[in-house]
Amino acid sequence: MKQSSLFQAFGAVIKRDLLLAYRHRAELINPLAFFVMVITLFPLALGAEIALLKRIAPAIIWVAALLASLMSIDNLFRADYDDGSLELMVMTPHSLSILVLAKVTAHWFLSSVPLLFIAPLMGLMLHMDSNVIGILLLTLLLGMPVLSLIGGIAVALTLGLRKGGALLAILVLPLYVPILIFASGAVDAAMSGFPVSGHLSMMCAILFLAITLTPLPTAAALKMSLS
Amino acid sequence: MNAKKLKACQLSCIRDERLLFSELNFTLMSGQVLLIEGANGAGKTSLLRILTGFRKPDSGDLFWNDEAIDDTQEFYQDTAYIGHNNGLKDTLTAEENLRYAQALATTTLTIDDVMEQVGLNGYQETLVRFMSAGQRRRLALARLLCTHKPLWILDEPFTSLDRASIKLFEKFIETHANQGGLVIMTSHHDTSIPHTLLQKIHL
Repeated sequence: MKQSSLFQAFGAVIKRDLLLAYRHRAELINPLAFFVMVITLFPLALGAEIALLKRIAPAIIWVAALLASLMSIDNLFRADYDDGSLELMVMTPHSLSILVLAKVTAHWFLSSVPLLFIAPLMGLMLHMDSNVIGILLLTLLLGMPVLSLIGGIAVALTLGLRKGGALLAILVLPLYVPILIFASGAVDAAMSGFPVSGHLSMMCAILFLAITLTPLPTAAALKMSLS
Repeated sequence: MNAKKLKACQLSCIRDERLLFSELNFTLMSGQVLLIEGANGAGKTSLLRILTGFRKPDSGDLFWNDEAIDDTQEFYQDTAYIGHNNGLKDTLTAEENLRYAQALATTTLTIDDVMEQVGLNGYQETLVRFMSAGQRRRLALARLLCTHKPLWILDEPFTSLDRASIKLFEKFIETHANQGGLVIMTSHHDTSIPHTLLQKIHL
C-alpha cells in the first residue's frame, strides 16, 4: 500500500487539469481571441492617432486581460462540481486549500501564459515603446496569478447558483481594482521615465498575500457548496 | 485493518422546513453493512451527505472511532463516497481517471488488476465518453477497490448495472466487510448480502 504525499496530489491535480485542457484545446483559444478582439476594437473606434493610442495602450491591454481572465475562470470548479469530481477532491486526507492552489495554478498557466506571448504584439500594434512593453509584461506576470486566485473565491461562492455568471463578474471586478491600479501605475511611471520598483514591489506583496490567503476562503466556500 | 467504528447520535435533518428524520441513532462496526431504505424523498441522500460531512446535521453528532468528526481530513483518509454522479471525467481515459483517484489516496491494487476484477479489462485506454452508463458506474466503483478506504458510503451503487455486475459488486461489498471494512449504502434492489453482516435503517 502506498499513501500519496501532498506533493503527489498537488502534481496530480495540475496534471489532470492540463490534460483535460489539452483534450479541449479549442476552448483555450476563446479567451485569447477575446483578448485580441477587444484590444483591436479600440483603435478602430478611436482612430489611429499615435499619441492617444500610446497613452491609453497599457490601460486597454490590462482591462482586456482582466476580462479575458474573468471569462475563463467560471470553469475553474464548475465542471468538477457538475460531474461529482469535486466531492472526490474534497474527500482526500490532503488539505483542500493546497489542492485548490493546484487548480488555480493550472488555470493561471492555461489562461495567462498564452496572453503573455500575445501582449507584446498588441503593445506594438498600439505603438508602445519597447521598454514600456517590458514593464507591462512584468505587471501581467505578477498580476494575472492574483486575478486567478481572487476569481477562485468568487467562483467557489457562486457554484451553487444555476446562473452564476453575472453575479461572478459583479463580485470579482471590484476585487480586481487594486491590482489594476498598481499595474497601470507601474506602466504609467515607466512611460514618464520614473522608477517602477515601488509599484512592482506592491504587486509582489499582493501576489504573495493572495497565494497564502485566498486558498483558505476558496476551500471553505467549496465545502459549503457541497452541503 | 484495525477495527473502526462509526457512531451516529440523535441525528436529525430538516430540508425546506420539512423534517426528514430525527433522533436517528446507529453504530456501525468493522465488518458490518448498513442498508438505508426508504421511499423517494425520505432523506436517504441527505443522510449520506451528512455522514460524509458535506452537510451538517441540524442536530446530533457523529463519531468516528469514538472521536467527534471535527477534523474531516482524518476522517476522509478512511472514507470513500460514490454519489449519484460518478465523479469521472468524460475526456480522460478509464486509466487516467483511476490514476488520479489513486494519486489523492492510498493505493492498494494496480489499475490493471482492478480493471480485470470489475470486468473492464481492455478498456484502459478508452475515453469515459465512449463507455456505457453501466460501464461508467463500474469504473466509479472500481475506485473503491484500487484505493485503501475502510468506510464506503455508496448512494444507489447499483444504478444502471446489469444483474451480473450487481452480483459481482455485492460480492466485493461482502469481501470488504469480511476484511474489516464498513459499508453504508442505499439501494432499491433486494440485496443478496448475507443477513449476518447486514443492518437496516428504514427512513
